[in-house]
Amino acid sequence: MLSASTEAAEAVFTSGWFLDHVWIVPIIPAVAFALIIFFGKRLPMKGSELGIISMLATLAMSAAAAYQWIDRVEAVDKEVFVPPVIKAWTWWSSDGFSFGIGQHIDGLALIVLCVVAFISTLVQIYSVEYLHGDRRYTHFFASLTLFSAGMMNMVIAENMLQLILGWEIMGLCSFMLIGHWWEDGANSRAALKAFFTTRTGDIGLLVGTSVLFFAANEWTQKTLGISSFTIRGLSAWALSGEPSSTAITVGAVALFIACIGKSGQFPLHTWLPDAMAGPTPVSSLLHSSTMVVAGVFLVARLYPVFFEGMNILGTNVNFIVVIGGITIVIAAALAFVQNDIKKVLAYSTVSQLGYMMMGLGAGAWLPAVFHIFTHAFFKACLFLGAGSISHSASHHSFDMKKDMGGLRKYMPITFMTWIVSTLALCGVFPFSGFFSKDEIIDNVGHNGYNLFMIVGLVGAFLTAAYMTRATYLTFFGTSRGASAGEHHDDAHGSHDSHATHDAHAHDTHGHDDHASHGESQGPRESGKLITVPLIILAVLAIGSGFLNATPFGEKWEKLKVWVEPRAEVVDATSVALVAHGGPGEVRALPAAEESEDGHHSSPCGSETPKDGVCVAPQLNHAKFKWSKAAMSLIIVFAGILISWFLSMQLYERKNKALVGLTQRNKLLGAGYNLLANKYYLDALYENVIVKAIAYPISRGAYWINQKVLDGAVNGAGIVARVSAGWVYRNIDQRVVDGAVNSSGAAAQGAGSALRPVQSGKVNQYGALLFGAAAIGALVLVIINT
Amino acid sequence: MELLRDNNWVLTIGTFLPIVGVLIMLFIPKADEVAHKAVALATAVATLAVGVWTLVLFDYGQAEKLQFVTDVEWISIIKSSYLIGLDGISLPMYFLSMVVTVLVMIYSWDHIPNPGNPKAFLILMLILQTGMAGTFIAQDLVLFFVFFEVVLLPMYFMIGVWGGEQRQYASLKFFLYTMFGSALMLVAFLALFFKTGAESFAIPYLVENGASIARNTQIWIFAGMFIGFAVKVPMFPFHTWLPDAHTQAPTQGSVILAAILLKLGTYGFIRIAIPVLPEAAKEWAPWIGLLAVIGIIYGALGCLAQTDMKRLIAFSSVAHMGFVMLGISTLTPFGFNAALFGMVAHGLITGMLFFVAGSVKERYHTLEIKRLSGMLKQVPRLGWIMGFCAMASLGLPGLAGFWGEFPAILSAYSPAEGLPEETFRTFMVIAAIGTVFAAGYLLWLYQRTAFGEPSAEFTGHGDGHGHGHGHGDGHDDIHDVTKFEWIAWTPLLISIVVFGVYPQLMFDVLDPAVKATLAVFGG
Amino acid sequence: MLVNQFLMLGAVLFCIGVYGVIARRNAVLVLMSIELILNSVNINLLAFALRNGSADGHTFALYVIAVAAAEVGVGLAMVLLVYRNRKSIALDDLAEMKG
Repeated sequence: MLSASTEAAEAVFTSGWFLDHVWIVPIIPAVAFALIIFFGKRLPMKGSELGIISMLATLAMSAAAAYQWIDRVEAVDKEVFVPPVIKAWTWWSSDGFSFGIGQHIDGLALIVLCVVAFISTLVQIYSVEYLHGDRRYTHFFASLTLFSAGMMNMVIAENMLQLILGWEIMGLCSFMLIGHWWEDGANSRAALKAFFTTRTGDIGLLVGTSVLFFAANEWTQKTLGISSFTIRGLSAWALSGEPSSTAITVGAVALFIACIGKSGQFPLHTWLPDAMAGPTPVSSLLHSSTMVVAGVFLVARLYPVFFEGMNILGTNVNFIVVIGGITIVIAAALAFVQNDIKKVLAYSTVSQLGYMMMGLGAGAWLPAVFHIFTHAFFKACLFLGAGSISHSASHHSFDMKKDMGGLRKYMPITFMTWIVSTLALCGVFPFSGFFSKDEIIDNVGHNGYNLFMIVGLVGAFLTAAYMTRATYLTFFGTSRGASAGEHHDDAHGSHDSHATHDAHAHDTHGHDDHASHGESQGPRESGKLITVPLIILAVLAIGSGFLNATPFGEKWEKLKVWVEPRAEVVDATSVALVAHGGPGEVRALPAAEESEDGHHSSPCGSETPKDGVCVAPQLNHAKFKWSKAAMSLIIVFAGILISWFLSMQLYERKNKALVGLTQRNKLLGAGYNLLANKYYLDALYENVIVKAIAYPISRGAYWINQKVLDGAVNGAGIVARVSAGWVYRNIDQRVVDGAVNSSGAAAQGAGSALRPVQSGKVNQYGALLFGAAAIGALVLVIINT
Repeated sequence: MELLRDNNWVLTIGTFLPIVGVLIMLFIPKADEVAHKAVALATAVATLAVGVWTLVLFDYGQAEKLQFVTDVEWISIIKSSYLIGLDGISLPMYFLSMVVTVLVMIYSWDHIPNPGNPKAFLILMLILQTGMAGTFIAQDLVLFFVFFEVVLLPMYFMIGVWGGEQRQYASLKFFLYTMFGSALMLVAFLALFFKTGAESFAIPYLVENGASIARNTQIWIFAGMFIGFAVKVPMFPFHTWLPDAHTQAPTQGSVILAAILLKLGTYGFIRIAIPVLPEAAKEWAPWIGLLAVIGIIYGALGCLAQTDMKRLIAFSSVAHMGFVMLGISTLTPFGFNAALFGMVAHGLITGMLFFVAGSVKERYHTLEIKRLSGMLKQVPRLGWIMGFCAMASLGLPGLAGFWGEFPAILSAYSPAEGLPEETFRTFMVIAAIGTVFAAGYLLWLYQRTAFGEPSAEFTGHGDGHGHGHGHGDGHDDIHDVTKFEWIAWTPLLISIVVFGVYPQLMFDVLDPAVKATLAVFGG
Repeated sequence: MLVNQFLMLGAVLFCIGVYGVIARRNAVLVLMSIELILNSVNINLLAFALRNGSADGHTFALYVIAVAAAEVGVGLAMVLLVYRNRKSIALDDLAEMKG
């Protein structure tokens, strides 16, 4: 509102109770978690009501906070830096370094917070029906609630440590939930793999945080008076022109490794498809819409660090983009060879996360964040749809080829919501995926990453194709297996189906309960608790895209206003004030006011800000062009049509030219094998690396321990004993004792030698005496002369 | 150094009260087991009460100074005095030793290991308590040494009499190993005494005068102490007594060993070796750091190779103490704080893990990982507790283990001035890799023992179908956590969470004392 | 001074005494020979005492006479006892102390 003035501009920002108290949000589910653990089993709904209530409360609070944030943002001009709402308390301090805990609330935090609260609520409601009668029903809700607490804590984190706290809690919950049916070894192994893989990435998190902390702390303490664990401190430092390129690059790369692990990017994506062993609501909440975007969120959160560390606008290839691009294509390709519907969706998730990463890596910050937002809805909807099918139609099987097909007749609601979400995922206008994905592709190209724009388009084609295949197999064609009403007791489709089956059978009394689960009735629509969340998500899968609908002009670009941080150079002292949670007043520097031609450009990110600091880099936005959009739409439709045609030929008509092609054509066969074996990455990790460490290396180390080190100790003992024995036998017995003994012998010998002398004859004694005296006298005489 | 002498009775009483209990127990006939347990427990509780009172009286505003100081002439001919005192460094460990003893006493109420004889067992435990508490408050090297050695004998007998099958071997190894270290340590102490003018054994005096010793001499004296303390810690490659001792020791012994005894070594570094011989410490620090990270990785690898649960936990101690030593080797207050926090956290967590292992052994009569499975199903609460401890042990933020581990890693990035930065940064990365291994072996252990279906071997009665098969002996006692176990464990579990959520509780106390200790480096 | 003569007398007496101790088999004679030796010593002591003009030699000589009297007393008593038991005082028969 004061942007045109040449003086230092001052802006006063509104806030509100909810905005100031967002930190309460994660505490609610944390408390609910404790209550569920301790009292859940005694409650009428076995604890699920506590979970749902807490989720509703967090949803209400975060929505209110978001509303107040929008007020705060819209009250000022579009270029004015809006300070985040910060609260910080000292968590611990050591050696003068103080580590805080609190909240860092801005558009990014709020949008993700709302998504998490919203999807968590729906998934918990859905789970009430889906996991009805499960043996560990209460634990399930406890874990889900704890997960939400962890994720929310990470999202609002004021500093890196708080972020790590949430990050690891999510990892723990992921472990517990994937392994929910741990009676089956496959599930617990998948849980272990997920935790272990992400934990491998977390080395980067620990190292990166440490590197950045020590590199930046001096600067942030001096300039802002805060520790460089803080998000804002690190951001400002990264853009200050201060950091040496090595430190920030090392820090950024290390942090990105953690993101690779958490967000299932190549080459650490292998845990995510396996994680589908968990119950479907878990896949929907953790492994598609929320937890796995944590890595993406971290990149977005500390964007200035990555921006500078990877030199994002200065090159046309960098680490993040490459990883994102590879992930898009390889994951999408893998989705083609899956028969398990959840694995198709899992690879699709991996691929979509690749889009987000690629977007962030190429400077398309807002589109990537927007994609987090839209993707959450349609992917959650798809997973819940898959769960609905297995729950009510396919008798807990997820195998598309064996147990599905033709379900559109039986499950109209599931079918409709599935189709909507699929179109959104494929990026068909006007579904939400179109707006976000197209924007990513567009901006990637706009920022000079042309190669990766093509990768994005290829990915879009593949996405459309594999989703069409999955849709066809599931809802069209003829019903097969369980969905055709076949008895299913001996069919073990996937681990998950088996486990689900198992869990139900154990908990309830025999097979009576299964009657109500559709075995005898054949496929049918699921209950209200399942369909209502599906419908809500489907509506959002259409509607959420319009929050930032670039095609319709600037006034539709709401998220750009609400979420994107403004790249304005602001006075260090006022930022410091905000940094300490002071009043929301920010003094902008005159330098930022050169917006004569309406083309705003801030020096942030491109040059060293003079006399002030930036906390967000200046990014470009590609102008939307229908021509480009049309091209990508054509590609998507081509994908759908080709795939539809092939699916028809393959699965329905059994076209001889196509069926078994991979067996006949060597090249295709090799490709198929490569995909079926997941590029042999799993084999590499599990059979080579893990086995090597777990078996030969650890055994070797243990062998060294037992034989070498302990052997040395035992050897020392043995040597000591042996040498002691030798000493005993030879020195003690022979020399020392020998001396004693032989002195006796000598005495004896001498005695017997002298025996004749002791004749007992007094005369002889006298003679000896005098002889001796004479000799003695003689000696004396000789000596004295 | 200024010494605060108010209320100095609390330390002496707190340390020697267990001996009073021992005297009482000597006059109770051996057959009256309940009386023994009651007296021992009452003594431990009374000691803890004194400990709590110490916490209350402690002046947290002056945590860097020695408080409750008593200085009485003791052996004047060698100028050794009964000098005791407590500062922020000693306080947590001193108190922890009391807490652990009480918990172990409670646990012993219905868990006296074979071959019974609670009288002797509990008397040893009380003597042990005196030794442990004394070590943490002694401010005179001779006194320190005496307490340090007092600890040794009860532990030797505990392992040797109440231990497992190879108890003779293990106890002897434990004893000889530590005696070997102690011998060198004693030589180092004497060298220190004579090199500082044969004036006094008091640690504050030595801290003031130790720096004046010639550098080469310092290095040699440090070497002696290093071996003495490193054996106790235990650091690679002096650790081989630990797995044997832990595996063979009775549960109570393992818990005390893990929770307190190992810390005597690290405490010795922090209290004596480094402040007294700063020059030598700088020279040795990279090597200590190297051995520490080797210990981290090596301990983890050792864990992965184990087939016995208790042995695995024992090896994990090697890895965790590696983190502690890494923090110490940086010679920065940050690293020291991390190390001290790590000591307490490891004491709580690993102590708890040994409790769990003991209870598993009691129920299943085996600790072989292969034979155990489905504990979550058969003994759900025990399984959950074990999971909780595993998570705490692998350094999950929000639980105590993290605050020993992460700051230690962090501190390695910028070691004290004069130490090679690149080397320590390499250590940092290696240590960070170690956290992954920790996750690996603990979760692997957990997955194999807790998940899955209980093995048929132990489900003789579990199904409720029909009654015990012929070989069903001993399956009756596979029951969930008992009352005494709950009482003994809950304080540990709660502290793990409390310190995890609010680490400042401890850092507040440690920080000033650590800074005062490291003032010798002029920083 | 007539020291030489005294010494010569002492030496002769000594030699006779030694001869008696070694050669005689009669215990009483041996005792008497010992007396001779002792008295030869006495003569020597007195001779030197006179020569040096000090009373030391006299004192010693008196001692020796006293000791010799005691010795003879004990010796004769023993001989008497031996004779009572063995009816003989031949030293050759008294070889019980042979080693």
